[in-house]
Amino acid sequence: MSSDATESFARRHIGPRAADIERMLVTVGADSLDGLIDEAVPASIRLSKPLELPEAESEHQCLTRLSQIAANNQVRRSFLGMGYYGCITPAVILRNVLENPSWYTPYTPYQAEIAQGRLEALLNFQTMVIDLTGMEVANASLLDEATAAAEAMAMVRRAGRNRGTRFLVSNRCFPQTVAVLAGRAEPLGISIEIVDVAKTEFADDVFGVLMRYPDGLGVVADLTSVIERAHLAGVQVAVGTDLLALTLLKPPGEMGADVVYGNTQRFGVPLGYGGPHAAFLATRLGYVRQMPGRVVGVSVDAHGAPAYRMALQTREQHIRREKATSNICTAQALLASIAGFYAVYHGSDGLTAIARRVHKLSCRLATRLEHLGCRQLNPEFFDTLHISVHDSEMAGRVLAVANDAGLNLRNLEQHRASDLGIALDETTTEIDVDDIAAVFQKALGSSADEGVVDRSEKGLGFSDAVERRSAFLSHKVFHVHQSETGMMRYLKRLERRDIGLDTSMIPLGSCTMKLNPAAAMIPVTWPGFGALHPFAPKEQARGYAQLFDELESALCAITGLDAVSLQPNSGAQGEFAGLMVIRAYHEHQGKNGRRVVLIPSSAHGTNPASAAMAGMRVVVVACDGEGNVDVGDVRAKAAEHSDSLSALMITYPSTHGVFEEAIQEICAVVHDHGGQVYMDGANMNAQVGLTNPAVIGADVCHLNLHKTFAIPHGGGGPGMGPIAVAAHLAPYLPKCQVDGPEESHPRLVGLGKRAPAVAAAPWGSASILTISYAYIRMLGGVGLTDATRHAILNANYLKAKLEAHYEVLYARPNGRVAHELIFDFRPFLETAGIDEQDVAKRLIDYGFHAPTVSFPVAGTMMVEPTESEPLEELDRFCEALLGIRQEIQEIADGRADRKDNVLKNAPHTAAAVVADSWTHPYSREEAAFPRPFVRVQKFWPSVGRIDNTYGDRNLVCHCPPI
Amino acid sequence: MYPSDRKYTKNHEWVTIAGGEAKVGITQYAQEQLGDVVYVELPEIGRSLKRGETFGAIESVKAVSELYCPLSGEVASVNVELSEHPEAINVEPHDTWMIALKLADSAEVEALLDGPSYQALIG
Repeated sequence: MSSDATESFARRHIGPRAADIERMLVTVGADSLDGLIDEAVPASIRLSKPLELPEAESEHQCLTRLSQIAANNQVRRSFLGMGYYGCITPAVILRNVLENPSWYTPYTPYQAEIAQGRLEALLNFQTMVIDLTGMEVANASLLDEATAAAEAMAMVRRAGRNRGTRFLVSNRCFPQTVAVLAGRAEPLGISIEIVDVAKTEFADDVFGVLMRYPDGLGVVADLTSVIERAHLAGVQVAVGTDLLALTLLKPPGEMGADVVYGNTQRFGVPLGYGGPHAAFLATRLGYVRQMPGRVVGVSVDAHGAPAYRMALQTREQHIRREKATSNICTAQALLASIAGFYAVYHGSDGLTAIARRVHKLSCRLATRLEHLGCRQLNPEFFDTLHISVHDSEMAGRVLAVANDAGLNLRNLEQHRASDLGIALDETTTEIDVDDIAAVFQKALGSSADEGVVDRSEKGLGFSDAVERRSAFLSHKVFHVHQSETGMMRYLKRLERRDIGLDTSMIPLGSCTMKLNPAAAMIPVTWPGFGALHPFAPKEQARGYAQLFDELESALCAITGLDAVSLQPNSGAQGEFAGLMVIRAYHEHQGKNGRRVVLIPSSAHGTNPASAAMAGMRVVVVACDGEGNVDVGDVRAKAAEHSDSLSALMITYPSTHGVFEEAIQEICAVVHDHGGQVYMDGANMNAQVGLTNPAVIGADVCHLNLHKTFAIPHGGGGPGMGPIAVAAHLAPYLPKCQVDGPEESHPRLVGLGKRAPAVAAAPWGSASILTISYAYIRMLGGVGLTDATRHAILNANYLKAKLEAHYEVLYARPNGRVAHELIFDFRPFLETAGIDEQDVAKRLIDYGFHAPTVSFPVAGTMMVEPTESEPLEELDRFCEALLGIRQEIQEIADGRADRKDNVLKNAPHTAAAVVADSWTHPYSREEAAFPRPFVRVQKFWPSVGRIDNTYGDRNLVCHCPPI
Repeated sequence: MYPSDRKYTKNHEWVTIAGGEAKVGITQYAQEQLGDVVYVELPEIGRSLKRGETFGAIESVKAVSELYCPLSGEVASVNVELSEHPEAINVEPHDTWMIALKLADSAEVEALLDGPSYQALIG
């Protein structure tokens, strides 16, 4: 159908108006938008026909469609557990954080001065994890519990004393954790052994052991002696855990664990059929440099006031590349913030009360079921019962009756045919307990349930060895925001310290900070998408199946490739998944020796880090003076490693923001030598509808749905990084973690032909796939292509406006850039003593988030305006950069001081500007209101320039004393 | 600028030798390139190192560099003060040693650079 123009979503999504485009084309010196695109994108790679996608729908139509899809999902009462639990998102957090663009649109807090709000939120998260686990330092955050376990495995291997390759995994871990561990271990040469830890002898060729507490079947048991035995043999210990249980249970840290990991989903984050949720990893201070993932630390600003920033960035891939601690980049910042706020809102007393209620109902249910003649096998438990009935037939009957009653219980037939699991949670009520008891009574044919009147406290509490005695969450922040008014104001106070897309454009190169359409965001929190357990039976998730199917088809049409896996939770995880697919393909061809990956020197840091994780050897390919991949070097290196060549990893358009002419030639060279081509999809926003990965010659690519396909960045996650592959690789796409149609009785899938599972949940962070689905449906093929064309127009417009003032590093020979461009600030270091950091911080005074700083070239900034920014905003940004250029010139000309100037002292806080004493040689007005437009909407940074060195030398990663 | 009381490596380390023991630090040039040093990772005492082998790493706020052993030997001691005061490397790079090695082969010393040669190397 054709929508009325006023209903067209494309018109809302694309920033420049029709009348603006004429003006912009004059500025860029192009006759038409088509003409500009012809100049920017080489003819050899252009698509010959339009995208074959369903026609665009209006926002209203799409929401109607999605509500019908949601209605095809059945939200049952879930008692499946396995690390995923029902929970209540406090409405004040739902409305003010999860559904609030001020929280979901910001970028990762690299520009710390305009990210103090979410940095405080993440510090709350770290403090919460540290306190509850009994450890000394925690990160913020990881992607899910299973990959957190894999990170823990890699970490103890780096940190530990024993040099062996054996890693022991308790036979009582969750199956999805074991599946992911197995996949991550194999390429690193680690051999995983599933053991009964209580009976295991630790030898010195074992470098680590991993356990769960409470364990995968719900047992709570003291780990102290096992940990002691492990440590005596030099074996490092990682323990997966549950933070709600730890309000009542002795923390693993107090039992001697070296690394503690887990998921914080049940702290107020919807199940979402698998995600997104924030996982965590905590350790001792001495291991902090081995810890993967982002860490928030406390430092001081230029005025000596406390200020937060990301600490120890040298561990990350953008610096260490293949030697990084992990490839993790995008994390789950938004969800970590929510989990932290849940703890702030409830406090230690509130969390403990929730845990006690869950535990009490679990005890009551256990008593009831025992009265009915079942055996409850867990000697001590928190919220999960292991129920054994007479035989498998009776277990089957219980499941059938439960199913009729709308209850999902966990089938433990893999463990024993007569067994069932029941996990309770914050949402469980007395009525649920009655209903479960009624199910068993009916199935077992028992006489009247005498337990109905049993309201005793039998079994409540824990034995001395596992009962928690230490205090937690004693910091003031967990005690003072517990009225809704107080909480709302706290959330707003933090929110106002940050720049998100609700304030101004965030021109980050390679990060594609486009509109996150409100209409696309709305369905995420509908119970029809949010309340499904990831291992709910498939027949209850028909709506999701339809959504996945249509989204996969759309992504195939957009990439020109043939099959998609929606499992990877981030771009970096997509890279790992894609490389494992290539690895599985080569191995199946009998080419086990193909282990060399060619990676251009300009690549994103995650590429070499992912290659290292996939057991590959990185060979760096040079770039030429124009920033293009050096074809001669590709030829030479591919020939040199012809027998061992696995793949080339390449970003297109290049990380330098240019559609390279030689891309097809480069891919052909790799294919000639038996290699596969992996395309990093970070820059896909320049391709959609104009060219595609298949045309350029790629066999696999990942798609950052949080870049090109409108999932918000959430201040550093969530993200999604599905991979698309050509037909010959489709048989090797990652497996599911758990097998069979009834995924309520999961079974570990052994390593076979396919690539291993890479995430804990079968479809990664399923609930946010609704966003990309809606985005694609609302734009349709024409709208998506138009979005790409306008992204290229906006970038070339910025180039035309600014290139007389700043040198632009790379472009096609005809002067055109793709969707992003690099401005060089290096010359100013000599002329004015100004570097790119000074400019980044000065942009804050103008109300802007800086572009990407020093990537891919040190001393430069990479700008990507995206299609969503209107002309007025582009002009404001240009005016800011032109203002800064004048300020630099004043220094260079000696009219402004080289040390004491508006750039070196940026950003200027309100407190500094109104202070009684003002000693700078420039005016307060020049400091805070450098251009008239700034007055219209002044953003005041809450802190001055942050001292990174101080923070890294004096590491503090929990809430500072007030 | 580069004193002749010691030897240098192409990896920008200096070495002083006395009585079969070598002390190793990084040069003024290296600390300038790194910027503010925030952490130094040093080996265990007693570890045997071969010439050219990585013995640790040095971190600044924005970079990390591996440290390469200039001479073969056994780690006799490490400068524990660096864990509290990594900034000493920025302040006094040539007076701040990182490790002391009991040398395995004193002939290896011949291959190191003298002050003028190192000065020429960094230009």
